[in-house]
Amino acid sequence: MAMHRRTLLKSLGISAALATVKAPYVHAQGAAFKLGLLTVKTGPLAQGGIQMEQGTVTYLKEKNYTFAGRKVEFISADTGGNPAGAKTKAQELVEREHVDVILGPLAAFELLAITDYIAQAKTPLLSLAAAEDLTQRRPNPYYLRASATSAQAMHPMADYAAKEMKLKRIMTISEDFAFGYEQMGGFQQTFEDNGGKIVKKLWPPIVTPDYTPYLAQISDCDGVCQGFAGSNPLRFMKQYADFGLKLPVVGGETAGDDALLRSLGDEAIGMYSCCPYTIDLDTDSNKRFIAAMQKDYGVDPGFYAAGLYVSCQVVEAGLQATGGKPDDKQAFMKALKSVSLAETPRGPIKFDHFGNVIGDFYVRRCERSGGKLVNKTVKTYKNVSQFWTYDEQKFLAQPVYSRDFPPLKN
Amino acid sequence: MTFWLLLTVNSITFGGLLFLLSAGFSLIFGLMRIPNLTHGSLFMLGAYFGATFAAGYAGIGLNFWVAAVVSALLVAVFGGLIERLLLRRLPGEQLAQVLVTLGISFMIADLCLMGWGGDPISVATPSWLAGFARLGPLVFPIYRLAVILLAIVVAIVLWLMLDRTRLGAMIRAGVDDPEMARVVGIRVSGLFTIVFALGAGLAGFAGMIGTPILSVYPGLDQDMLPLALVVVILGGTGSLLGSFVGSMIIGLIYNFGQALLPELAYFVLFLPMLLVLVLLPQGLFGRQVP
Repeated sequence: MAMHRRTLLKSLGISAALATVKAPYVHAQGAAFKLGLLTVKTGPLAQGGIQMEQGTVTYLKEKNYTFAGRKVEFISADTGGNPAGAKTKAQELVEREHVDVILGPLAAFELLAITDYIAQAKTPLLSLAAAEDLTQRRPNPYYLRASATSAQAMHPMADYAAKEMKLKRIMTISEDFAFGYEQMGGFQQTFEDNGGKIVKKLWPPIVTPDYTPYLAQISDCDGVCQGFAGSNPLRFMKQYADFGLKLPVVGGETAGDDALLRSLGDEAIGMYSCCPYTIDLDTDSNKRFIAAMQKDYGVDPGFYAAGLYVSCQVVEAGLQATGGKPDDKQAFMKALKSVSLAETPRGPIKFDHFGNVIGDFYVRRCERSGGKLVNKTVKTYKNVSQFWTYDEQKFLAQPVYSRDFPPLKN
Repeated sequence: MTFWLLLTVNSITFGGLLFLLSAGFSLIFGLMRIPNLTHGSLFMLGAYFGATFAAGYAGIGLNFWVAAVVSALLVAVFGGLIERLLLRRLPGEQLAQVLVTLGISFMIADLCLMGWGGDPISVATPSWLAGFARLGPLVFPIYRLAVILLAIVVAIVLWLMLDRTRLGAMIRAGVDDPEMARVVGIRVSGLFTIVFALGAGLAGFAGMIGTPILSVYPGLDQDMLPLALVVVILGGTGSLLGSFVGSMIIGLIYNFGQALLPELAYFVLFLPMLLVLVLLPQGLFGRQVP
């Protein structure tokens, strides 16, 4: 990485010239397949960003840096977790490095900053970022999501909360940004379709050192749904327990991420979360992945590492299908969308015609076992699409989930 | 009713934590006129050190309070070094000081990320303060009540130090008129190092005291710095009373603002700062800066 930056600086002038001329770029015979990663290695989002890179490298190592008979050259770029950085680094990957595929970025607002550019540059992009509309009402033909939309895990979570936990009245709390709105919107829709009622929705700012002003408002309900991300779930759960609140808590993939468990304490016991990846999925592929992550980095993988590992599997399968030739972008993109894998750490996956994943989702309950916290799967929802059980046309006809949609029924 | 009571008590606790954070910031700004933008980083550094010592490092696990004091001392030494080696070279150049302290804060953030990784770290509440107290319908964590007491104790100690000791008299003289203080034989530059180290140590101590509530994570520095700034601007620089009252006001505004007007939480938080800057530039309890 350091090396790469230094060369970058030296050739800054040349690259600028090249970029403006847009010299036609031809792959030399036997040239490496170039895989770019937009991640975040500094700032508050670094925890997930570092896991993204670890997941990618784990897969590349397993394959000895070779996909479909071609050597893979891996280029990682740190966006700093902001839209402007994402744009700059995406341009750098496309115009200077001529990457064949971009993995990442992490956050929805980063993805939104580069989506138009990616469509114009015709570079396939596989991201975890959950901005719903990029595979729904404003689809980007060069975008593929192998993880989940914001609400994809919340639909089954709401189904479970209503049918199995028999909850009737829930209060939701999540960060005041698109990912939070979309998660809670999905939860509300499915929960209310199953006879439940959302009592109130709370939206603390992303930066909230003390959640007490919100905790003080939790009353008149029999459960709480939280959609926090980054390090916020940790603080929220701790303060929730500090105030003696005992109502069951349910959440999504970022709220109960396996990688976060080692930072959590007893306050997380009993929390339910729904996630497209679970560390206790008993398959060879998952065991291999977990063992490699623990050996190389000494950490348990979570949703971010698994998401990138699976994305790499998709890229490899797509490249295989085109015979190792990614240069016809449309054909390559078509091959990527047609990928269907039976063996991944998150179970079998395929894609819908928008390029969003259809796969299994796991509802887990957090427990203490052998001195450490673990998420134990209590129910698996098979082949969940971004539209849940709703009719695709009807779903797309309603507005995207937002702060005010669906509205509260009072 | 419970709702209002809970928020009021919590405002005071949060104010207590803010006071621990901002008292040092206020002293440094008052005496040295240095807008120390590393203050949030010193808070975070104290939290990381404390969390590491409390969890046990190299086989030695420290008691929570011992860990807090040790990390405060380490951060104080670190602060003293920053003053001696860097800020000393930039007397009176506020723009350069802002840039240097901002730069150091970025460097600390990156070094912490390298050293402690991106995972948030939580610290267990000391066991005898864990749990919650019941006051009628109100349930409140005991640890937070202890933070109020601690802030009051620190405030009294600082006040005694500033008001009743020779060192305090010299610092007050330096705040009021550095040139005159020099003329009467006070080594103001030596005071600068002491005050900077003291302010840094307080920030580090506050960091560890805050961990059972806030935990520690990358970005904690940038979350806390604006709060320290707004407290000090509101209360007035160089004034202990100003920091205390400012902290309590911000604690109240923070809690009630977020609960009642969540969409405007930040607007409400920074509005009093704007008003004070426009109408009363020296702050509620600050002295006119010559």
